[in-house]
Amino acid sequence: MMDLGYNTLLVATGAGLLGIAAGVTGAFLYLRKRSLVSDAISHATLPGVALAFIFMVALGGEGRNLVGLLGGAALSSLAGLAVVQWLTRRTRLGEDAAIGAVLSVFFGFGIVLLTVIQTLGAGRQAGLETFLLGSTAGMLRADAIVIAVGGALTLLACLLLRRPMTMVSFDAEYAATQGLVPARVDMGMMALALAVTTIGLKIVGLILIVALLILPAVAARFWTERAEVVALLAGVMGGLAGASGAVLSALAPDLPTGPIIVLVAAALFTLSLVFAPERGVLAGAIAYMRFRRQVHMRQGLLALAHGHRVHESYSRRLLGRAGLIRADGVVTDQGRRLAAWAARDERRWSYLRSRPEGAALAARYDGLTPIEDLVTPDQLRALDDAIASDGAGPQARGRVPEGRS
Amino acid sequence: MTQAAAMMSPLPSEQASAAVPLPLKVRGMTVSYGATPAVFSADMDIAPGAMTAIIGPNGAGKSTLLKATLGIIPRLSGQVEVFGQPLDRVRARIAYVPQRASVDWDFPTRALDVVEMGLYRQLGLLGRLTRQHRSLARDCLDRVGMADFAGRQIGQLSGGQQQRVFLARALAQGADLYMLDEPFAGVDAATEKAIIDVLKSLKDEGRTILAVHHDLSTVPDYFDNVFIINRSPVAAGPVATAFTETALQSAYGGRLATGLLDQLFPSAGPAPMPQPFPTLDA
Ligand SMILES: Nc1ncnc2c1ncn2[C@@H]1O[C@H](COP(=O)(O)OP(=O)(O)OP(=O)(O)O)[C@@H](O)[C@H]1O
Ligand SMILES: [Mg+2]
Repeated sequence: MMDLGYNTLLVATGAGLLGIAAGVTGAFLYLRKRSLVSDAISHATLPGVALAFIFMVALGGEGRNLVGLLGGAALSSLAGLAVVQWLTRRTRLGEDAAIGAVLSVFFGFGIVLLTVIQTLGAGRQAGLETFLLGSTAGMLRADAIVIAVGGALTLLACLLLRRPMTMVSFDAEYAATQGLVPARVDMGMMALALAVTTIGLKIVGLILIVALLILPAVAARFWTERAEVVALLAGVMGGLAGASGAVLSALAPDLPTGPIIVLVAAALFTLSLVFAPERGVLAGAIAYMRFRRQVHMRQGLLALAHGHRVHESYSRRLLGRAGLIRADGVVTDQGRRLAAWAARDERRWSYLRSRPEGAALAARYDGLTPIEDLVTPDQLRALDDAIASDGAGPQARGRVPEGRS
Repeated sequence: MTQAAAMMSPLPSEQASAAVPLPLKVRGMTVSYGATPAVFSADMDIAPGAMTAIIGPNGAGKSTLLKATLGIIPRLSGQVEVFGQPLDRVRARIAYVPQRASVDWDFPTRALDVVEMGLYRQLGLLGRLTRQHRSLARDCLDRVGMADFAGRQIGQLSGGQQQRVFLARALAQGADLYMLDEPFAGVDAATEKAIIDVLKSLKDEGRTILAVHHDLSTVPDYFDNVFIINRSPVAAGPVATAFTETALQSAYGGRLATGLLDQLFPSAGPAPMPQPFPTLDA
């Protein structure tokens, strides 16, 4: 029991580090709009895994050595990546088509190889199919350590490359004037994606690893307008998904690990989508409704001040609910007071906006913010004095007879 | 060509240029996007501590000239020397503001973060962004009148505001040579004034400014030197000597309104009609 706990901890640590590395790497892939390339990379690992197995068995080994299998995976995904880049650059295929072609062909070839291995004899089967969906069941301690170390190293490389990757993703031309070579930075980014994919094969599996690269990044995007924070949050969420997914699947060993990790990541994404402040769906809806209410209230008050009919039914309802007009449309005392206040604010603004000295303040005019919120009482008094001595202009005075309180 | 070459050296003599390396020296540069060169065999000397306008019609190769000089696009032939050294040694001393920024407008980055990217050469891969760096970036935003927008995501600014943020990014670099591609395109009169003030203050600090400029009527006010190009250089030198009706006529090929030319060169009589080129079917 002790031992199982320790192993689970070790696996969770490995999965957590992998998740952090995947989240951060995925954030940069997402910012560079290259997320899907990693899908081609991951599917292209399968033939490499199978060939490495066959090769190791042929050499008289057992064929289960994780480092050997991952080495094969890395080599064949590198080949897949090279084909994607060659197709994109040298032919008329777009990157999407190239990704689709490489992904399916390499994956198909890998499945064929797996079938061949299975027919070689049941005893020889090394559970290679666990690389499809990932599994932590029966994982060796050494395997967990390989994964943890690999994740940590990838993360370190991410930190080293974070500025160049950000600069190139935002503005490749400017990055070039600063001495960065965008093609080389992109190559580094692809190497990171390849590393994460390879390291993640055992735990998450090649089919779903792309989800661990994309989901934390897009989830993180909801929370911030800063690239480095996106990367940081994506790392946190990826780590959370990796570690908790590993623990969950240790509690229910029949479930494949990869899908559980991805489901945790998807839950984090959904939470972000709905609840993130400002960019989240909920916050957006609330902000929109609050803004709409503000606009209608203000317009309604100004209409009252000018003695106009309030046309918008929503404005009428708002004014009614606030006790500013009665059901029959007659303005209450409170309504009159507030309308006068709004009209005065409007007059102050229009005076400011007509004066060159008011330019700095006038730049903040949005039709809604009362000027009292932006200036000190002294400044306000000075402004009112200026308006009074200037004469508010006959049309401005005549229009709001009931506005004076 | 020899006449143009003679006009092209704003410095008194070759010795002077040997003693103090020019901010920018281009020799025999040809750049092409396909089979036809966009810039052909261009020589360019940019005088230190002055403002030089690059002038020419649309498609004349002005942007191409700047980009190839900076190594953003490859050149077919030609040498570039910046402060007497190859480009890669002096990148930190050059700041570039593109005509149409090639940026990802949805990118999670705020105006202030964009300006901080101008500090990349100072920070390197791992250098920490300190409070001083941040306040320097804020100052740069302030200089272009964008301090109030520091926290705004870059895509949520207007075109003229974005242009000013990119100018601030160039300012943050603290460069000695500024290369600006149409810094006044699409900005209002007040902003144009603000930008020209910034550029003039840079010049007063002894920095060199090279800007692509379309508004011929403001050239004498804003600039010390001109470099007139239409695929290959037409004229170069101080405004007083190189910014002539003949040079403009030959660069724009008679496409300039005579009213504008009269306004620019009032002393000259009626502008001579440009010689029509023989056409194939003529
Ligand atoms: N990416 C490109 N691919 C192919 N041709 C190009 C490309 N960019 C520019 N050109 C061509 O090269 C020539 C020079 O273009 P360039 O952008 O340097 O002109 P410019 O002088 O900056 O013009 P403008 O005043 O309109 O900015 C033009 O004929 C243009 O059509
Ligand atoms: Mg141009």
